[in-house]
Amino acid sequence: MSVPKGDVFLAGVGGQGTLLASEVLCDAFLLSGFDVKKSEVHGMAQRGGSVTTHLRFGPKVFSPLIEPGKADLLIAFEKIEALRFAHYLRPGGAMVVNAQEIFPPSVATGQERYPQDAAERLRAVTDRLHMVDALAAALSMHEVRAVNIVLVGAASHFLPLPEAAYEEAMKARLPDKIVEVNVQAFHAGRELLRGQGHTLPRHKTAYLNSVDR
Amino acid sequence: MLSGNEAIARGAFEAGVKVASAYPGTPSTEILENFVRYEGVYAEWAPNEKVAVEVAIGASMGGVRALAAMKHVGVNVAADPIFTVSYTGVRGGLVIVTADDPELHSSQNEQDNRHYAVAAKIPMLEPSDSFEAKEFTLLAFELSERFDTPVFLRTTTRISHAKGVVRLGEPSGPAFAPGFTSDPAKWVMLPLNAKRRHVVVEERTKALREFAETWDGNRIEWGDRSLGIITSGVSYEYVKEAFPDASVLKIGLAWPLPERLFREFAAGVSRVVVVEELDPHLETHVKALGIPAQGKELIPIVGELDPRIVRQAITGEAIPVRASEAVPPRPPNLCPGCPHRGLFFALKKLKVTVTGDIGCSTLAALPPLGAMDTCICMGASIGNAHGLEKALGEDGAGKVVSVIGDSTFLHSGVTGLMNVVYNRGASTVILLDNDITAMTGAQQNPATGKTLHGEPTRRTDLPALCRALGVDHVYTVNPHDMKQTEGVLRREVARPEPSVIITKAPCALLPEHRRKERPVYEVIADLCTGCKACSRLGCPAIEWVPFTPGEAVAAGKKSTQKGMARISPLLCDGCNQCPPLCKFQAILEKKP
Repeated sequence: MSVPKGDVFLAGVGGQGTLLASEVLCDAFLLSGFDVKKSEVHGMAQRGGSVTTHLRFGPKVFSPLIEPGKADLLIAFEKIEALRFAHYLRPGGAMVVNAQEIFPPSVATGQERYPQDAAERLRAVTDRLHMVDALAAALSMHEVRAVNIVLVGAASHFLPLPEAAYEEAMKARLPDKIVEVNVQAFHAGRELLRGQGHTLPRHKTAYLNSVDR
Repeated sequence: MLSGNEAIARGAFEAGVKVASAYPGTPSTEILENFVRYEGVYAEWAPNEKVAVEVAIGASMGGVRALAAMKHVGVNVAADPIFTVSYTGVRGGLVIVTADDPELHSSQNEQDNRHYAVAAKIPMLEPSDSFEAKEFTLLAFELSERFDTPVFLRTTTRISHAKGVVRLGEPSGPAFAPGFTSDPAKWVMLPLNAKRRHVVVEERTKALREFAETWDGNRIEWGDRSLGIITSGVSYEYVKEAFPDASVLKIGLAWPLPERLFREFAAGVSRVVVVEELDPHLETHVKALGIPAQGKELIPIVGELDPRIVRQAITGEAIPVRASEAVPPRPPNLCPGCPHRGLFFALKKLKVTVTGDIGCSTLAALPPLGAMDTCICMGASIGNAHGLEKALGEDGAGKVVSVIGDSTFLHSGVTGLMNVVYNRGASTVILLDNDITAMTGAQQNPATGKTLHGEPTRRTDLPALCRALGVDHVYTVNPHDMKQTEGVLRREVARPEPSVIITKAPCALLPEHRRKERPVYEVIADLCTGCKACSRLGCPAIEWVPFTPGEAVAAGKKSTQKGMARISPLLCDGCNQCPPLCKFQAILEKKP
């Protein structure tokens, strides 16, 4: 049995729920029989600062950090953060980017302009750029906090997991009363990029339910 | 799938730990937050790390297994009891977790606490991932009891906060029955007794050295003999990734070190490189044995490593990567609705020198507020202000204030304030009481009225405490009301006596606060002149929309207006700090 491996880099702004999104992703990989390692830093960086998560899966993972230029998939919760960490993507890697703009302090106070050419610059990094409006999708469900899971749904097209793995992960991870809205958000996100290509080969032996170390 | 911190909590539970005490600090905080969820354990937030260790020592004296957890700088605070408990030894197993922070993700320095193991003569285990974090926690308690010693468990941020797969076990019973037996020769460290215990400590270290030689957590993984790498902690994971075929000596016990194993390994490979984060701890000891090895001449001494840095350092070949894009930086910021913002805005107006402290308030040092001048360590703000006043003499009168959070004040600010009063200072101390320890993610403290278990408890009465220390002028203000705050500030800064101003308003992230119905403010576009008075607050919800001259005219403005302010309804917290700043009354409550 050959288990695929891959590196997923998540980048967002403190308060957007990148941490929870990466927890759900991790659980989904674990439930599907992968070895997984994940690294993020919390503390000071959460308060409106840039937040990143390194998520690595495969038959056996050592380093909890992804090397620059090696990520197969970059999930960015904000356009500037996509640009800031674009150098982590491998040549030919895929990028799922939330079109939302959150002004950093220098932009909010008028010292700098929000980059007007973010989309073009990202397209120059990879021709597999997928911009989605996750905020609009979440607002249409009247749940602004669901932006993170909408993005997980959109990004799921590029990961070797069945839909059921995400649902199971959300049921295990989230408080009961918000499971339903998040499952909806996942499917809304999946709809946004339906029919798009896959980054990694499909995992044929999904649901092993345990990992041998 | 557990983080290193969750794995340590689980390990402590499985080891039968009954008492755990800590002061929150990134990256160690989640150890106790997870431990407290297990049935039948007692866990508490102590006012500081010294107290946490003293509590754990007491529990160990009473025959139960005990744990104290802290971040690296917390060990500095707790160092006094730690160096002596090394002499007394333990009864129930005693483990002290030091969570170091290479790369200073959220710390004021990057110290390498492996030095503490050497200096305090305490064995130190160093796991490489979550799996080992749990296994080593269990082992730490066994070693503690077997060798009659406290044991350090050292993690780094990439162990504490990285998640990996962990196999759960069942909790085992306590090693001893609780109870205290008087034994002054062991527990009373008068010089007479301590001299004898020092001899015991040296014998213990010899025994631990033997253990280090044979324990399988220190192990050689033979591979290609042309390159031999000695490593420990998370660096082991980077080495395995970068050089899967190399021979590796993995060190799991960072102190004491296995000399014979070093020699055996070095004899079996043609090149020895030591790969470790921060200081050359392993390298120094390897070289002291006369083993020719490379280390810090190749491997950076500053910051974290990763597989690429390790590969590049050892092969000497530069690995090209795409340059990172130039984009506006996104530093952390005080949250929308943060009560500290109002205070610091007022302080900036006063043009005083502000000695600051650790916590969310440290973020006020960043622009546009830029209203903090110093930050050394927990509790330092008050002592710093007092010293600065004594140094400046008459010239400094009324020009220095210190700022400290509620939890930090109780951690180590109280003694600083006592000193101001005792030594005839005149400092104005501002106590930022937001009803929680906010920076580390909302932990309770003695002034919040709740324990770590979530049970109600007596609150430390902060105004009464300050008065009891001898401060005659203690005032409480609402920092969202900047006019009131500024007035009290001006009055107290001018006063030639010590005073304390308590700014009291809850942290904007507290669930109780978030559930409240709050107004949302908006900028009336027709009234905004683009003067930017509101944006000086540095509130993330206040955004600047730039205009070209054409756009300005199209928006009905003068062609010279460069832009206008806008308030993000997604971010506005309704704190009401910005409306009074607009002299054109352009900021109003948004109608539903």
